[in-house]
Amino acid sequence: MSLASQMMDFFRRRSKAVLGGGEKAIEKQVAMGKLTARERITTLLDAESFHEYDLFVEHKCSDFNMDKKQLPADGVITGTGKISGFPVCIFAQDFTVAGGSLGLMHARKITKIMDHAMKLGLPLIGINDSGGARIQEGVNSLAGYGEIFFRNTQASGVIPQISVILGPCAGGAVYSPALTDFVFVVDKISKMFITGPEVIKTVLGEEISMEELGGARVHTETTGNAHFFANSEIECFEQIKKLVTFIPWNNKKKPDAFPPMPPRADFDVETIVPLNPREPYDVRTLIRALCDDSDFFEVQELWAANIVIGFARLNGETIGIVGNQPLVLAGVLDVDSSDKAARFIRFCDAFNIPLVTLVDLPGYLPGIDQEHAGVIRHGAKILYAYSEATVPKVTVILRKAYGGGYIAMCSRHLGADFVFAWPQAEIAVMGPEGAANIIFRNEIATADDPDAMRQAKVQEYTDKFANPYIAAANGHVDAVIGPHETREFLIHAIEISKDKQETRPPKKHGIPPF
Amino acid sequence: MEEKEEFTTFLIDDSRYQTRITKKFANRTAFEKPDPKQLRAFIPGVIQNILVQPGQTVRRGDSLLILEAMKMRNDVTAQVDGKIKSIHVNNNERVVKKHLLIEFE
Repeated sequence: MSLASQMMDFFRRRSKAVLGGGEKAIEKQVAMGKLTARERITTLLDAESFHEYDLFVEHKCSDFNMDKKQLPADGVITGTGKISGFPVCIFAQDFTVAGGSLGLMHARKITKIMDHAMKLGLPLIGINDSGGARIQEGVNSLAGYGEIFFRNTQASGVIPQISVILGPCAGGAVYSPALTDFVFVVDKISKMFITGPEVIKTVLGEEISMEELGGARVHTETTGNAHFFANSEIECFEQIKKLVTFIPWNNKKKPDAFPPMPPRADFDVETIVPLNPREPYDVRTLIRALCDDSDFFEVQELWAANIVIGFARLNGETIGIVGNQPLVLAGVLDVDSSDKAARFIRFCDAFNIPLVTLVDLPGYLPGIDQEHAGVIRHGAKILYAYSEATVPKVTVILRKAYGGGYIAMCSRHLGADFVFAWPQAEIAVMGPEGAANIIFRNEIATADDPDAMRQAKVQEYTDKFANPYIAAANGHVDAVIGPHETREFLIHAIEISKDKQETRPPKKHGIPPF
Repeated sequence: MEEKEEFTTFLIDDSRYQTRITKKFANRTAFEKPDPKQLRAFIPGVIQNILVQPGQTVRRGDSLLILEAMKMRNDVTAQVDGKIKSIHVNNNERVVKKHLLIEFE
């Protein structure tokens, strides 16, 4: 055979494999409003940067006439490439090949690229679009899932792991995304659930559509399983491209610094926060007024909106921001917001991203449903995550910081490196109204005019305690600063904490209240 | 012209906060004190076999009905000694979770 004919043979084999499930299947995929697996990779990655491996892998199943079936690339595309010059390992399940079903070799291709990602210290991006286990392969298919989950767990906190749900992801398959750091979903395309509508109908008699059960909106608003919602695959890829600019390649590195930029001039830090601690405002406006180019990349925007988390930059350096949101549920901590913040804090700590905490909350949410939903156990997660974190931790108390909420929001007592407070900050066990009603119960009850007495006592308590100076006198607050000085203080604190060293007692791992 | 948003008043420790309420918070289920005289479905399923009748006296542990759910025949038993006042389901009836099945006197 001449080289020319060998090359011909090679091109023929390659072009056949690259076509995946063939033209008809591709037409179907397009009709569903989806890009093909290969298009997804090339759209997400820098042009010409994708390098594919294991294109010629074949399945080994011979049962149920499977030996007569050829499944190009075994239904998953794997390789390496770059996003804005940032190297990544990637896999994309190909729904056109046997519905993207996961057999043993399909799984082995995924675990191989995961092993590469771990050895090379690179982020892993997984694009999920699969009908589930390849039933013909039986337990080998389950083995494949298990091997993926095991690696997701080993890689957790070592390399960033990103899951993109661009099709069905059902049954056991959902646990790979669930174990990764960020889950991206697209409206009307993503579907995630453990048991689908049909089974729910047969077994329980409850009727629900796929979209209502596990569509993109459900997972971004109700369950909190997803972190980013997009209206189209293209928008989703733009979100991923933006996310990778904020995070490091692996846990031994820091995120890349960007050229420092001032916040945009249309944000005025002095006028955003109302003086009355019971009036709402959008804490995200304040975040934008503080960070570089007023560019705040919010995570889990639609779920547990009473706390705000996300990435931004200060003087060019990535920071993770956690802020109470007085606009929603008065910014209370509850089951969901504690879970949301705790996981984000642990991500930032694992990947060397300093934490900035903006405090303005009345405490934990009271209520029977919260108590019975385990707000003790869930609320403890945020305390655990802050106490455990050794990255630089800077806290700014904006207005109110009451009770357990004050302690939980990265107080000095949980190891904050710097705690600043605005002059209008109120650090107390509870708000003046509640405190006065307890401390002066007798005076109020026996007064000729109880309401007037209550007013007077609330004022007395406010004058005495509703300020940052008692905390400052005790050293719980390092500096009282004006709103206009906040950015400068934050930048300085982050800058001088660059080489912060803090050790924790040696242990196999802690036991957070999962 | 930007319209001024109407906020909800939210009471925490006697302080009134102006804020937005989430869908999840608004739809939270109110707590109901469990009534020991009412037997409710602990899981959605199908009533397979009603083994008792109104007026019948039962002892704690006696089988009352079979509730098929998740392909399992669940033997629903009396939690206390008592007399059946009324039965609120029929054979082969599909019930949702917390559906009232049997009332005791």
